[in-house]
Amino acid sequence: MTTTAAVTGRRRWVPYLLMAPGGLWLLIFYFVPIARLVEVSLQSGIFPRYRFTWEVGNYLRLFTDFLPHLQRSLLYGLGATLIGLLIAYPLAYGIAFRGGRYKNLLLVLLLMPFLMPFLLRTLSWRIILADNGPVVEALRTVGLLGADGRLLATGVAVVAGITYNFLPFTTLPIYVSLEKIDRSLIEAANDLYASPVVAFWKVTFPLSMPGVVAGSLLTGIPAIGDYVNAELLGTPEQYMLGNVIQSRFLRVLDYPSAAALSFSLMLAILLILIPYIRATGTEDLVA
Amino acid sequence: MTPRRRGSRDALVGHLARSAVTRREFLRRMGGAGAMLVAGPTLLAACGGEQAAGCEFTTTNIGDNRTLNFANWPFYIDVVEDGFFETTSIQDFESETGIDVNYLEEVNDNDQWFAKVQAQLSQCQDIERDLTVLTDWMAARFIRLGWAEQIDKSNVPNWVNLVDSLKSPGFDPNRDYTLPWQSGMTAIGYNPQLTGRELTSINDIFDPAFAGRVTMLTEMRDTMGLVMLGMGIDPSEATVDDARAAAQKIKEHRENGHIRRFTGNDYTEDLASGNVVAAFAWSGDVIQLQADNPDLRFLIPEEGLMLWSDNMLIPGGARNKTAAETWMNYVYQPRVAAKIESWVNFICPVKGAREAMIELGEEIGDEELIALADDPLIFPDDETLAKTHIFKNLDEEEEREFNELFQDAIGA
Repeated sequence: MTTTAAVTGRRRWVPYLLMAPGGLWLLIFYFVPIARLVEVSLQSGIFPRYRFTWEVGNYLRLFTDFLPHLQRSLLYGLGATLIGLLIAYPLAYGIAFRGGRYKNLLLVLLLMPFLMPFLLRTLSWRIILADNGPVVEALRTVGLLGADGRLLATGVAVVAGITYNFLPFTTLPIYVSLEKIDRSLIEAANDLYASPVVAFWKVTFPLSMPGVVAGSLLTGIPAIGDYVNAELLGTPEQYMLGNVIQSRFLRVLDYPSAAALSFSLMLAILLILIPYIRATGTEDLVA
Repeated sequence: MTPRRRGSRDALVGHLARSAVTRREFLRRMGGAGAMLVAGPTLLAACGGEQAAGCEFTTTNIGDNRTLNFANWPFYIDVVEDGFFETTSIQDFESETGIDVNYLEEVNDNDQWFAKVQAQLSQCQDIERDLTVLTDWMAARFIRLGWAEQIDKSNVPNWVNLVDSLKSPGFDPNRDYTLPWQSGMTAIGYNPQLTGRELTSINDIFDPAFAGRVTMLTEMRDTMGLVMLGMGIDPSEATVDDARAAAQKIKEHRENGHIRRFTGNDYTEDLASGNVVAAFAWSGDVIQLQADNPDLRFLIPEEGLMLWSDNMLIPGGARNKTAAETWMNYVYQPRVAAKIESWVNFICPVKGAREAMIELGEEIGDEELIALADDPLIFPDDETLAKTHIFKNLDEEEEREFNELFQDAIGA
């Protein structure tokens, strides 16, 4: 009897022991830094002498000074995520269902450009979209852009840059969930006189939702916080909250404001995420 | 003209190579990625405990002085490729003194490097660097925070070769902590083909005809200094009100779309590709751009222009301080300075370097090297130097206010 009790006792602890490394990791590298971040965000003073003074004003600056930046972060980030989904879904669908024996090749082609460093890829867009470049010339010729029109250093270029840079993160999860779908389910739908369109909306699309959710999270969260695209492809009129945080932290040495803005951005993202995940569900994400 | 421009190549590689060769190198644009990597840990460390003002470093000069850990900017010293000589200055130094140089091209941006090292220095720990190169205002900040070692001048007798105009800057009046590595001028780079006319004044950059086709620099002192000069304000004595007026002017032109971007080194790419017609620019960059595009000009505006230096500084607690001083003394020999200058192309702060460059050119029989000694942007004449201004040495409170105003003006 005693041995059984000892075994069950031990068993009860095993899951916690297994969780310990991950839990410790989270504690040290996630919760402690966040607590520190909040602490710094309530400090005041001049570098290097900051004092903790419950300086709530650091947070109010978000609304007095940096509201346009927050709005642009959300607009560009969510816009790019949406456009990314519209591009990624047909792409993933094509590879999964029509790729045939070229499937792996197509995946490699999709990922190949991303072997190049992120910054070089973004800088290359500066050449493609340059005022005298081929894209602008072509758009001018067909009259979509005025004689003085430009693409580089506009919001269009920034959203395009974000969309492009995060495309694989949207495409791959969608591809994986499409690939997993049991084809006989679609055949069954067809046998039951569902047109291809109806079969897609009733069978394929719902089954691919986990990929859509995962892809949009993987893209949306970093896209809202991105600032490199706005820096390189935009002008100050396109700067996002990330740009402000960077300049507060590095140039002005105003760590408290930088911390307050970072924390606010995290909260904003969380506020968007919660209803989104509630509506779409995450159970399938782990399946 | 400059020998390290290598023939022609296709556009993309050319663009990348061009930005790669310049000093305030394109990694600065990466301010981005790099900053984020350093920002995480430093933000934590920054708030870890009390910040000491003025440090007692315990590691100063305890090393064996057989190695020198030297943190410098990329492309800021001569290399053999595309140069005039068989050996580099570093190799010469090593064979002459027996000191190994651990040369680290890790300073891409003053602010970013500061963010990287400030956590350790503020805890009075050494950063395992014996020598670094920082722009005037950042050197001033290091001195103010007590993070710079005083130079033992008896180890650096050659410091007398420092040009007179740089002998007594506001932040280090006796050059107790710093010695200039290179200087440069900031004014306007432009393409007369695209502007359609010669420029003469700083205020030409506000010409409505150039709307959306001009850029300014993200370096506060360069941009504010030039705009102030254009407004008739002397940047060496600017008040907060002056800064407010200049910031207001910049802000207006940013908001109405006149100023396209605020850039680091990357204005070179916009200028070369014709995206912009005129830009606030650094002299050394324009020399390099001219090699590919002889049309480009560096304007010496009638109102004057800005002069800055990057300075060698021994960070607090440097273990091989004597080795660092030995290096300073070594590079302040005119012939060594001339050799470095033949590759770097900024302004040489060492007296006699021009003559030494001609001498070296004659010894190795290289016309190009001799011609380089006549470049007015590398060895500016007295008339040009008389027009230069050095930005005021700001105290902590002013620096914060100026930065605050400027960041607001440039929309970040």
